[in-house]
Amino acid sequence: MSHQTPDPNDEHGSVYDGLLGTDTSQWAFGTDFEDPLAGVDTTVPSELDAAELAAYCLALGDDALVLSHRLSEWCSNAPDLEDDIALANIALDLLGQARLLLARAAAADPSVVPTLPDGSPVPVEDALAFFREAVDFRNVRMVEVANGDFAHTVARLLLFATVRLAAFERLATHADPVLAAIAAKGVKELTYHRDYAGRWFLTLAQGTEESRRRLLAGLTGLWPLQAELARAYDAGPEVDVVLDQVFAVSGVERPDVAPMTGRGHTEALSRMLAEMQVVARAHPRGQW
Amino acid sequence: MSRAYAVAASVTDPEMPMLTLEDLGVLRDVREDGRRVTVTITPTYSGCPAMATMRDDLVHRLTEAGYAAQVEIALSPAWSSDWITERGRQALRDHGLSAPGAAPRPGGPIPLTLMPTARAVTCPRCDSARTELTSEYGATACKALYRCADCLEPFEHVKEI
Ligand SMILES: [Zn+2]
Repeated sequence: MSHQTPDPNDEHGSVYDGLLGTDTSQWAFGTDFEDPLAGVDTTVPSELDAAELAAYCLALGDDALVLSHRLSEWCSNAPDLEDDIALANIALDLLGQARLLLARAAAADPSVVPTLPDGSPVPVEDALAFFREAVDFRNVRMVEVANGDFAHTVARLLLFATVRLAAFERLATHADPVLAAIAAKGVKELTYHRDYAGRWFLTLAQGTEESRRRLLAGLTGLWPLQAELARAYDAGPEVDVVLDQVFAVSGVERPDVAPMTGRGHTEALSRMLAEMQVVARAHPRGQW
Repeated sequence: MSRAYAVAASVTDPEMPMLTLEDLGVLRDVREDGRRVTVTITPTYSGCPAMATMRDDLVHRLTEAGYAAQVEIALSPAWSSDWITERGRQALRDHGLSAPGAAPRPGGPIPLTLMPTARAVTCPRCDSARTELTSEYGATACKALYRCADCLEPFEHVKEI
């Protein structure tokens, strides 16, 4: 028996019709857009510079977006099902943080949002995610370098979650109530991320010779990017306290490698964005 | 309790349909102005994909009840599992899920926990206290996976947050 492909232009309608609801824009950008800040007062407090606040939220949002994408690349590839699910959940938390932060940036300073063709239904946070060039992304290099093995991912997540959690604990009292609320919520999520990464770091360091070798290789490879990460988040001594605690219990020395010089991005970001953005860019009106 | 509140409060969570939005603690406010109703909900996790469905279900049910409804988001204060009502906790247990304990409220820097999270989790099926953590992350962001050492059944535990 042959299976006939549904024709979306069939005069009797398509089997997909009911799925679209009232949204005529197809699925590229979801059905029926919702503003993640619907009803939230996004007025920038008078003591803050709106452009500066937007740039800061963009940087925080881009870090979450890019690492979320890297983590989601593990989907169906992790060492076991539990960790596949864990990494997907962490990616989802970070994607949520990215969405809120990009929306907050756009509300604070609409000029950061790329211009799209008239009639494009793309919401601002998607416009920022899918229609900026690599050079306009403000993320640190730590989050963009390509995935290595699982140990590399564990080391990266430990460094990132430790630095970001410490910063978010501070940002929870930021003068912008929207950023403060996003940070306060993120603290709870990042606490789980840091614990997850810390436990795996310890397990791999104290596991087999091979797991320890891989962990040290991952950590040493990432360490040149740690200084930039710490600087971007204004990391204080509390970050070193946590990292030294993990290193000590794991029997791992803090790597002695020089920070990577330069700034901007590595080639890895362009490659990642090419894949992440290709569908949205091919269909900027969300229709095909 | 207003009629609009009663309608909104009866909408259920798409991922844990044994819980109403009220029992889950995400329903923060229902303002009624004639036929116009504004419902405020708060996300459980930043990336919770159920938010869009909750919003659509609220609008749908309130529209059926004759209201013009809109849904707004409250980000602060951040949702806590402590907001799940006693009725909600019972509904979780009745459906084979373990309800969260008290959420941590650290004063000062959040401590790192390198040992598995210590929880007094009892099996929702046989009430045994001999349970073990399988994974801190489950099928949705809000749940961890456990296994009962007595009846051997796996079950989900709604995480403290
Ligand atoms: Zn049991």
